[in-house]
Amino acid sequence: MDQQMNFEKIEKKTTARRRVKNVVLYSVLGFWALLVLFPFYWMLLTAFKSYGEYNGESIPKLFVSNPTLENFVNAFTEVPLADYFLNTLIFTLATTALMLVVVIPAAFAFARLEFKGKNLVFTVFLSLMMIPNELVIITNFTTITNLDMRNTFMGLILPSVMSVFYIYLLKENFSQVPEELYLAAKVDGTSDFKYMWKVMLPICKPTVVTITILKVIECWNSYIWPRLITDEEAYYLVSNGIQELRESGFGRENIPSMMAAVVAISVPLVVLFLIFRKKIMAGVARGGTKG
Amino acid sequence: MEKRNLKAWLYLLPAILFLGIFMIYPLIDVLIYSFEEGYNSTSETYFGIGFYNYSYVLNDPYFLQAIKNTLILVGITVPISTVIAIAISVCLSSIKKLRNLFQTVYFLPYVTNTLAVGLVFMLLFKPTDYSPGFVNLLLGVFGMTPVDFIEGPYWAKMFVLCFYTVWVVLPFKILVLTGALASVKEDYYNAARLDGTSSFRIFRKITLPMISPTVFYLIITGFIGAFKAYNDAVALFGTELNVAEMNTIVGYIYDRLYGEGGGYPSFASAAAIILFVIVLTITCINLLISKKHVHY
Repeated sequence: MDQQMNFEKIEKKTTARRRVKNVVLYSVLGFWALLVLFPFYWMLLTAFKSYGEYNGESIPKLFVSNPTLENFVNAFTEVPLADYFLNTLIFTLATTALMLVVVIPAAFAFARLEFKGKNLVFTVFLSLMMIPNELVIITNFTTITNLDMRNTFMGLILPSVMSVFYIYLLKENFSQVPEELYLAAKVDGTSDFKYMWKVMLPICKPTVVTITILKVIECWNSYIWPRLITDEEAYYLVSNGIQELRESGFGRENIPSMMAAVVAISVPLVVLFLIFRKKIMAGVARGGTKG
Repeated sequence: MEKRNLKAWLYLLPAILFLGIFMIYPLIDVLIYSFEEGYNSTSETYFGIGFYNYSYVLNDPYFLQAIKNTLILVGITVPISTVIAIAISVCLSSIKKLRNLFQTVYFLPYVTNTLAVGLVFMLLFKPTDYSPGFVNLLLGVFGMTPVDFIEGPYWAKMFVLCFYTVWVVLPFKILVLTGALASVKEDYYNAARLDGTSSFRIFRKITLPMISPTVFYLIITGFIGAFKAYNDAVALFGTELNVAEMNTIVGYIYDRLYGEGGGYPSFASAAAIILFVIVLTITCINLLISKKHVHY
């Protein structure tokens, strides 16, 4: 009987302890989640407040009394936000497509083809991964200027295409495809190109999707290169558009409209993220760097 | 064999072309630029070869300010973000319910446009004619006097920059660390618990050594990333970073290349190479230290 009591006591104590531990854990996690989400909430909140409502609140309210879409209308009519979107879309799609065209055959060559100097070239490629963009951007700026490609899509796209890291990532994946498949295809007389296209790519589709999404995110958010290479509004990307809004557009005065523009710019990527959540997170864990 | 060689090179050709034109050639060129004294970008002429660009940059008050800002930013954000990331990932791996939801939420900043969200931070921290701003109101609750975090005193601005930087870099660190924590074998924990080891001791003696390679990887990438800070500062303080006293080394490079103080690719190149040398040195030191302290 005495032992039974003791056992119950210990059990009670451990459940109590576990409860306290859980409270602490969830408070810490909840607090951080709040800190992460709050700016997004604020952005949405402000975007739906009317100009008068926003400026009339000396203590900002955390809810909207009269939600309005007026700011979104402003964002798309008073500034060429739609043009910025279109430019960013063209830039992102073209850069990503070109990247795939360049990266896939290179990865295939490193993974399956035999040639003299393969190891040397691969080492050179790998070591180029360590070169920071800041170091090469100066000459690229001069090159593009000399080629008269400032304020053109070519000038925006070409220097942004290459990502050595994706070659590496894809090569690793290609190498995992059993060699026997390749040899069997060779016996059947399949050409290398057809093999790469019809066999390798479908098998390695997850990696291809991952690098595509990572590149899309990178392009959508790129700021420095577009800023250097474009000074005509007609070629601005969303990042540059936002910065322009902030400095000379309605940003200074009409904060709600500016926030509407920010919401519009953030939505496509957040949607993309929610759809491909697992793929993006796995891809970034394997090799994204930001931070 | 000859034919196969040719074919392989053909597959590599696009990649080699792009790398050659936009990476390898610029790499050589930037070195040359940095030693050409008095380079004029319109006439493309220069006076001589030497270290003048380096000495100019190293004596430029704007560059010194940029170095100071960058060093403070690195010194504050790298340790803080690493510690917070470890704390959060450990919490995350000790829960089961809502874990996926929290992970998704924490990752959100990674996929958002740094400049766009930076504007939101600016609004939260900035007092206007109408209102002291959200953060100041919050601080007011604790009895603190309002500060202009965006155009006010240096340390207030530095605080916002560090805060935003930590906010931006954490998603990546949390993601990588939770991955590392998940790969620690449950057996170790069970064995320790059986011996009645306290959770803190388990963390110090098992968890930390097991994830130490990842932590060091994050510290190294964190250093590199923080040294290249620029976008965050632009988002908060605008493009006139020299006026705001908030310029970074990368910001200095771009300013020298293009814009207000621009048209001096030689100065920009010298600054870029100085940045590269700093980052390389710190990476090497980190690697040496990690060899001593990382347990596999």
